[in-house]
Amino acid sequence: MIVDNLIDWFPTSAAWPGLTFIVAVILCAVPVFIFIAVYALVAIYGELKISSFIQDKVGPMGQGVGLHAWRWGLLQPVADALKLILKEDIIPSSADKKLFILAPFIVFIGAFIAFSALPFSQTLIIADMNIGIFYILAVSSLGVIGIILAGWSSNNKWSLYGAMRSAAQIVSYEIPAALSIVVVIMLTSTMSMQGIIQYQSGLVWGFLPNWLLFNNPFTFLAFFIFFISGVAECNRTPFDIPEAESELVAGAFTEYSGMRYAFFFLSEYANMFVVSGVAATAFMGGWQSPIPGMFNTPGWGLFWFISKSMFLIFMMIWFRWTFPRLRVDQLMDVCWKGFIPISLFNIFGVGIWYLLIG
Amino acid sequence: MGIVKGDQMVLNIGPQHPSTHGVLRLKVVTDGEIVSDIEPIIGYLHRCFEKHCENSTYEQVIPFTDRCDYIASMNNNFGYVVAMEKLMEIKVPDRVEYIRVIMAELNRIASHLLALGVYGLDVGAFTPFLYMFRDRERILDIFELTCGARLLYNYMWVGGLSHDLPVGFVETVYGFLDYFEPKLKEYNEILTYNKIFIERTADVGVLPPEVAISYGVSGPNLRGSGVKWDLRKDEPYSVYERFDFDIPIGEGTVGTTGDCWDRFYVRMLEITESAKILRQALKDLPQDGDVHQAIPKKIRPPKGSIYQRTESPRGDLAYYIISDGSPQPYRLKMRSPAFTALSVLNEISRGWMLSDVIAILGSLDIVLGEIDR
Repeated sequence: MIVDNLIDWFPTSAAWPGLTFIVAVILCAVPVFIFIAVYALVAIYGELKISSFIQDKVGPMGQGVGLHAWRWGLLQPVADALKLILKEDIIPSSADKKLFILAPFIVFIGAFIAFSALPFSQTLIIADMNIGIFYILAVSSLGVIGIILAGWSSNNKWSLYGAMRSAAQIVSYEIPAALSIVVVIMLTSTMSMQGIIQYQSGLVWGFLPNWLLFNNPFTFLAFFIFFISGVAECNRTPFDIPEAESELVAGAFTEYSGMRYAFFFLSEYANMFVVSGVAATAFMGGWQSPIPGMFNTPGWGLFWFISKSMFLIFMMIWFRWTFPRLRVDQLMDVCWKGFIPISLFNIFGVGIWYLLIG
Repeated sequence: MGIVKGDQMVLNIGPQHPSTHGVLRLKVVTDGEIVSDIEPIIGYLHRCFEKHCENSTYEQVIPFTDRCDYIASMNNNFGYVVAMEKLMEIKVPDRVEYIRVIMAELNRIASHLLALGVYGLDVGAFTPFLYMFRDRERILDIFELTCGARLLYNYMWVGGLSHDLPVGFVETVYGFLDYFEPKLKEYNEILTYNKIFIERTADVGVLPPEVAISYGVSGPNLRGSGVKWDLRKDEPYSVYERFDFDIPIGEGTVGTTGDCWDRFYVRMLEITESAKILRQALKDLPQDGDVHQAIPKKIRPPKGSIYQRTESPRGDLAYYIISDGSPQPYRLKMRSPAFTALSVLNEISRGWMLSDVIAILGSLDIVLGEIDR
């Protein structure tokens, strides 16, 4: 929407019509990039502090001088980021240099362009495409190419292991995630992100907000399948076998350091937001207020959307610091023998429900 | 290491790798994720322990024993002094024996806590590791209170101890036990009975009892396979026959007897038994007796040799000492339980996946300081 508004607003340049479009896209992309960077800092700080509370330790508290020395260790992620930026950029001599440099950007782009279809509020969405949710599912799988490139170009056996595991995992878990979204599309009969959210206004069962999460038992199940598959797509524990620190050192990212590693790190957090954002949109009413009819202005909408996404990110962090890691074959079993049959059954079930009740 | 076929790959795990528990190197032949052969390569931490001993006096050997199994230094001291006292026929006061048992059992708890916590780390659970380290720290504080050192104690001397117990020691240990025993439930909830943890460890790396015995595996690894063998009961040394405790064995509760989960759980149960021994020892601790009284002025054992084994947290730890009547041992051989445990790795992890090899290696609880010596 914002892109369209900007294009309308600019005076059309007769010399080069494409210029308006490019300027509009850049004007949208820069704030998104800033948002991702700021959000990543918040999420990293959250990860540090939440893990500390779970593990009975204090976490960053502001000891020492310099950037750490502020209250509650709030500047710890800034210091971490600064450290990564200042580090020497090392490319292994046996690496495939071009692919090695390219890989982190491809991974990041996959997460970055998905933001353009995320509905932050009633008005704040960069492009409300009529295939919005399909677009996000499509582009968020772009990252796996980057991971394979990283694993291959590093010329390291551990990286290759990590890349192969990652590819198998992400490609597999996309299927149950997409099948769960099919349930949503069947009910709302739209693929536009705003359309899906508008469907979820009002009440259901008399007192609950009409979120798809509460709409019927099948969508309730679909939400969990989508969210857990999303956790797997982000390579987070208990599905973090591509990185599997105690087995594969650091998986596909073993040879990366400094700024290039920071990009992988940033993409992981950006991916978490995309998955949480889609889950919040498709199942938790997006920018809809939990109390129908109240707090429904665009400002509140932004607040609700970010809150819901951050809650789901909190869940991911909670998982990470509680569970051990699955083995690679068990991971595939969960997907192919568990999630995919349940998702297919879910589609069937929601169809029956729609015919008889909805 | 046989012939590597075309579709196989040789993978080096270590010596710099997060989960080799020190500086172990594993040469692994893999076909994709499946492991077909493992060759452990040791010696990266070799410090000539036995040769050093031949050139040191008997007292000077004790600090070296600390540095072998640095996770359970007290138990290493213990084995050596028991052997030396038997060789020299020294009778030590009861108070000394009780203090030694208290220290050895505290260190057994500390060592098992490390083993269990790091095992959680090996299968990807970070939080239990920090819980266990939090509690292990309290035991190290008790050791610091007693002898000033937190890791390498040099506490047990031939015929006595370096220091008597400090004031308030008994209350501190009681306080620790009251704090610690409820925590075991917490560990069980977060790790032992976690569904994913059971998936990862049950039925994995099964060590049948006959294989374990033929390789000379001992300690919790042997008991995990269902063999009731504990030197504290079967060949009692010091004052262990005075205490009432059980020997937990693996029963295949969630999988097959002798799998990784059993080896893990046996350690968990042994912590409870050690706490039981500690309470009894603290209750019966004799109040009088000088810990320096029986220390000989000069240690010069008669000609002869001794082979004395004791139960360290890792198993059957034995010292073979040959004396030629001089103040230095003619030969000192240490039988390392972790060494035999490592030797069985190839046997039980062939055919499993790379992730399982890490899990199996962790469940054997090896300490490279003791293997390389």
